[in-house]
Amino acid sequence: MATSTTALEAIDVTPDLTRPPGPGVVYEWLTTVDHKKIGLMYIVYALLFLVIGGVQAMLMRIQLAVPNNHFTSPQTFNRLFTMHGTTMIFFVAVPVLFGFGNYLIPLMIGARDMAFPRLNAFSFWLSAFGGFLLYLSYFAGSGLYGAGSAPDVGWFAYAPLTSKVFSPGHSTDYWTLAVLLSGIGTTGTAINIVATAFCMRCKGMTLNRMPLFVWLYTVASCMVFVVVSPLSAAQIMLCLDRYLGSHFFDTQAGGSAVLWMHFFWIFGHPEVYILILPTFAFINEIVPVFSRKAIFGYPAMVAASVGIGFVSLSVWAHHMFTVGMGPAGNTFFVFATMVVSVPTGIKMFNWLATIWGGKVIYRVPMLFSVGFLFQFLMAGLTGIMLSAAPFDWQLSASYFVVAHFHYVIVGGIMFSLFAAFYYWYPKMTGRMMDEKLGKWHFWLFVIGFHVTFDFMHIPGLLGMPRRVYTYEAGRGWELWNFIVGIGAIIQGIATLIFVYNLVNSYFRGKEAGPDPWDAWTLEWATTSPPPDYNFALEPTATSARPLWDLKHPEDQDSSYE
Amino acid sequence: MLRGTRIRDLISAKRAAYQKVATSRRMLLSCSFFFCARLASANSPTNIFDPAATPARSIFSLSMLVLSVTLAIFLVVGGLLVYALIRFRHRDSDSGHEPAQIYGSNQIELSWTVIPILIVVMLFLTTTRVIWQTEAAPKPSGAVDVVVIGHQFWWEYRYPKLGVVTANELHIPTSDPKKPTPTYLEMSSADVSHSFWIPRLAGKTDLIPNRINTMWIDPPEAGLYLGQCAQYCGTQHAKMLLRVYADSPPDFAVWVRKQQQPSTNDLSDNPLAKEGRTIFLRTACISCHTVSGTSANGRFGPDLTHVASRDTIASGPIENTPQNLRKWIADPNVMKPGSLMPSMHLNDHDLDAITAYLTTLH
Repeated sequence: MATSTTALEAIDVTPDLTRPPGPGVVYEWLTTVDHKKIGLMYIVYALLFLVIGGVQAMLMRIQLAVPNNHFTSPQTFNRLFTMHGTTMIFFVAVPVLFGFGNYLIPLMIGARDMAFPRLNAFSFWLSAFGGFLLYLSYFAGSGLYGAGSAPDVGWFAYAPLTSKVFSPGHSTDYWTLAVLLSGIGTTGTAINIVATAFCMRCKGMTLNRMPLFVWLYTVASCMVFVVVSPLSAAQIMLCLDRYLGSHFFDTQAGGSAVLWMHFFWIFGHPEVYILILPTFAFINEIVPVFSRKAIFGYPAMVAASVGIGFVSLSVWAHHMFTVGMGPAGNTFFVFATMVVSVPTGIKMFNWLATIWGGKVIYRVPMLFSVGFLFQFLMAGLTGIMLSAAPFDWQLSASYFVVAHFHYVIVGGIMFSLFAAFYYWYPKMTGRMMDEKLGKWHFWLFVIGFHVTFDFMHIPGLLGMPRRVYTYEAGRGWELWNFIVGIGAIIQGIATLIFVYNLVNSYFRGKEAGPDPWDAWTLEWATTSPPPDYNFALEPTATSARPLWDLKHPEDQDSSYE
Repeated sequence: MLRGTRIRDLISAKRAAYQKVATSRRMLLSCSFFFCARLASANSPTNIFDPAATPARSIFSLSMLVLSVTLAIFLVVGGLLVYALIRFRHRDSDSGHEPAQIYGSNQIELSWTVIPILIVVMLFLTTTRVIWQTEAAPKPSGAVDVVVIGHQFWWEYRYPKLGVVTANELHIPTSDPKKPTPTYLEMSSADVSHSFWIPRLAGKTDLIPNRINTMWIDPPEAGLYLGQCAQYCGTQHAKMLLRVYADSPPDFAVWVRKQQQPSTNDLSDNPLAKEGRTIFLRTACISCHTVSGTSANGRFGPDLTHVASRDTIASGPIENTPQNLRKWIADPNVMKPGSLMPSMHLNDHDLDAITAYLTTLH
């Protein structure tokens, strides 16, 4: 790939040594308001919890490898699946995605930082504290049935299982407060992203020249504004029920269990779209660069993303097809859920069309992106199966659903995240990650992923419900559960290789330079890593791909706008 | 027409590329699980693709349609993706120029918007029909009514018109399609949310406290249908199993008659059991359990009037033998940790006596 330095030759980037040396490194990172450092802190924090969540998954799979196993007690298992789900969604997926957003959005729009740097730091530390609080429950809760009471109510904490009667002690409260706090942190980051995207773009960057990456984060952030409040409200109502004698969800006193479900899922479903839109953001930047072609259908991609944002707010009760909403209610949510597949499909086709006619280069970021494309396709199709309510009456709350959403989150989001890591690591650290180790990581992970999550669909089809600490022999589930466990081990090994690659490349990776991938967005127009101020001179955007215009003056994008 | 620079002719792809192996291996893996699923479906008593009643059968038909449509989409889109990833890969022999930059195409984008919308409309209409067919089906006059109450971690069944109360093992009559006698289940919960799922008979419906949900099942063939609770309800959610016995109408009538009888009073031929009854009635057992015909009318635990007629205890995971029954009563938390039945710390003799008594409750 040709590297480009034309943009940079005119800019003096020697470090400013006239600034006096500051206090220590720890103090610097604790008090920083620099979006790049905060982004890195989010990412490292998330990686830590990824390992913890992965260990929790491994323990569960060992317990389920054979029927009537005694590796963990039922109480331990129930805490494991609750903590695994809560950790992965709130303390891995959200922080890592917003971490990448934090790091890259100002760079991509040619700005020096986010709109509200101190709010940025505050949001990070609040979210981080939430994670700490959740794990404090392992030591500091006091349950009726013994010490060590992490929450065991499931990551969606259905009422009235969470009432004081059925969940005595404080484990549920740790769940409630940890998630409540991190929700506030997420809202702060969302405010920052929207303000930054709308107000801080550099000269020449109109909204239709803004990278799709920034568009998708903006839509996701707007969704955060709408949907975190219902969850926070429900959690406050739950606290009121548990401690101040209210009866919102207290069915023994006339309260409603279904009310909790509506509040939770009106958050919960859009939440997974809030997670997938940044995933699309990565793919929208990586696939064009490695296909050597502009993204196909930029306006349609923007419209589809906004469309997904809106429609996904109306589908939540497809998680409630079995609660007896009645045929009219069920029909509406079938319709809304099926409709959201249309803009999602459009995005899929646009990626296909971007690759079509290109010159695909199979470096590690593209390998993971290809994995994403196939796996997200499959996940979307099993989603369509689940959207057909009667089919969902069989599949809901079974291992088919568990397989579906892990296909989206691991096969979709995780793969895209790995692609993002390999792609932007050079920008963040100045060094390339090892390509050979990356390929080992990719192949092991892909094999492990499919061994686990392809076969996980089968017990669901054969009647195995989720959240069971063990199962009966003779129902045809044994072989599949065992195979699923093998795949988990393979994925664990692949992840360890990845972590090793991350750390090792920091010290011994090949030097990357400002633009190792010959890419076209503004973050590649500064050094790797960027200086604190990002750009010495504020860049000017002449099209959606400013660096393409600079590298190809004879065939600029701006001539086709 | 396409927006952007003109397409240049592209060199045709060579076979056996590195990526072709990769992508086709991935497709093979994905397709193979469908194959394995067919294999596995042979031997499972809880297979959703082996319907044994009308609701499950309607769902099965719909699911076959949905699976065919999604499989077709997968093959088309996946196939195009595989083709593109191989055909348009970078080759070292390349000119080094960037490929033609295509920014979009109104016709193509319109068609791949319209076609999915049409597919969605078709799927939506077929799905809606099955929803209304199942949930708004008129109730035949011969229907049997059962009230189902979910508990942590057992199932209570009441037949209001027949005066029968039982637990954990549901008996229903088979239903002849020419003269249907389906069983209508009116369901709620005494504590937290549960879900009634017998895959071969119907989709699941939740049992939610302070709410009544209804579903119906009509197996034409006699037999035992298995399932389990499908909504996480606490520590022993995993062992809240379901057993539905579909009996032929004469067998069902016999069962009902037996269940309607209170427990026999005369235990003079079985002194140990008689002593067991005395102990049972004097211990806290009666605060949770009912044995009709005695003073025991607790409602917190399963009705034990005909406990010896059941195949399993503790809602399914334990075979109903005297040894197991004794072990269970000695300390339920050993066999089902987290069960809400406490151990009464009875001595060995009392345990023998109570077990002997309970085994007379046919």
